[in-house]
Amino acid sequence: MTADEAVSEVTDGMTIGIGGWGSRRKPMSFVRALVRKGVKDLTVVSYGGPDIGILCATGQLKKAVYGFVSLDSIPLEPHFRKARQQGTIEAVELDEGMFLLGLRAAAQRLPFLPTRAGLGSDVLKINPQLKTVKSPYADGEELVAVPALNVDIAFIHMNRADAQGNGQSLGRDPYFDNLFCMAAKKAFMSCEKIVSTDELVAGGPLQSLLINRMMVGGVVEAPGGAHFTECPPDYPRDEAFQREYAKTAKDDDAWSAFRAKYLDVSEADYQKAVSS
Amino acid sequence: MSSREATRADICALAVAECFRDDGEIMVSAMGTTPSLGARLAKATFAPDLLMTDGYNLLLRRALPLGARPNDDDIEGWMPFGSVFDTLWWGRRHVMMGASQIDQFGNQNIACIGPWERPKAQLLGVRGAPGNTINHVTSYWVPNHNARALVPEVDMVSGVGYDRAASLGSRGGRFHEIRRVISNLGVFDFNTPDRRMRLASLHPGIELQQVIDNTGFELVIPDGGVDTTPVPTPEIVGVLRELDPQGYAQKEVVV
Repeated sequence: MTADEAVSEVTDGMTIGIGGWGSRRKPMSFVRALVRKGVKDLTVVSYGGPDIGILCATGQLKKAVYGFVSLDSIPLEPHFRKARQQGTIEAVELDEGMFLLGLRAAAQRLPFLPTRAGLGSDVLKINPQLKTVKSPYADGEELVAVPALNVDIAFIHMNRADAQGNGQSLGRDPYFDNLFCMAAKKAFMSCEKIVSTDELVAGGPLQSLLINRMMVGGVVEAPGGAHFTECPPDYPRDEAFQREYAKTAKDDDAWSAFRAKYLDVSEADYQKAVSS
Repeated sequence: MSSREATRADICALAVAECFRDDGEIMVSAMGTTPSLGARLAKATFAPDLLMTDGYNLLLRRALPLGARPNDDDIEGWMPFGSVFDTLWWGRRHVMMGASQIDQFGNQNIACIGPWERPKAQLLGVRGAPGNTINHVTSYWVPNHNARALVPEVDMVSGVGYDRAASLGSRGGRFHEIRRVISNLGVFDFNTPDRRMRLASLHPGIELQQVIDNTGFELVIPDGGVDTTPVPTPEIVGVLRELDPQGYAQKEVVV
């Protein structure tokens, strides 16, 4: 299937989960398809990077749920910074570990998971929806009950996959893409290359087979689909392009030009534009 | 930087390293240039048992120079983010973070300046600071010690300070420890009855009044005089030159 077909299932007001981490192995071809579709009022749940930044800049993001929003080599996502300072988005800011527990709770169909993280900090103040829970055992310890981060549709990007939806992460960090799939009602996976199951199994150690076909509802072959974020070992981050993108947060005309050239175009034209 | 004469940046790096001296076999996560250099100095010299990553997901056998990429024979293990969270919840970790603001009880802010709802300046967000500080030892690095950074009250508590931890009772706060704050002017700790920040030592050449004038709250000053932060020996300075051949840390520390 194509990214546009997958994204056709997203409707206004949905909660979207996006895999990867910061500016690392982000399913950017799906993000670009979301921009083309123009779907709005989205809630985005993400270890955020340019996915959240772009959807802030296009005005499609209503609410961001995140442990951070960073471009890694640029510590704070500039479009996200702008949206926060102008007050144009709602935000749910969680400790990075709390965010993971929220994903795990959703994947396990639990209402919450307990943790010490957040106690004593202002994370509880800015998130009045967060409650604490008392251990039912003799210790009686008070812990934060991190609510499940349930999402409607999740998008992830892998290095390789087969057509049935088995996915392979060949980089050195799997991040939490499996949990994003399991936290979602439905998940779509893009990959650098669709290969036969034989080639997939032979292509890396068994523990690189992070995603199995139960977890995903559709596979899209998207070479360069994580660009401009990194997708090792296939390609590093395109730092020059990322800098160009980051600069557009300071200048509306530059953003309009960036958007016209790189976002209001097909994925094929995007890939042509960035390789020229 | 080939001189073996210790600079302020070298003094700061050694002071950072001293934070990890007795940590034994735990993981150190050092955010920023001087913390990274100091942690590597500790591992390269008096604290070889420390576990450290390349900043990504590889545990490294030896302390590499800042900016150097590890070879396969530098690797001793794997520490993807999932394992980082497991390790920090396990408590076998000492993190050194920066602090855009820090108060007298060690409450730290890296999230934003102004009201969180619509900040005047969005900073990094709380990141892992709430979970780090409540689960394991934390230290802080402030490269430019001034009254805008050391404040009476932080705009948003990201890392938890001693007053907040105490309010959780003896169980909730039992893994909380802020070991030290290292700045470009001195070394600070919380070894006071009410856990207020104390001046532990002044870097050589720094006047007490300079620290007082640049701190936005009342510091505890030890009776009977303030110590001077140790100056690294020429041998240690040599190790620092090897670990930071580009002199990144020299540029970070405000003199």
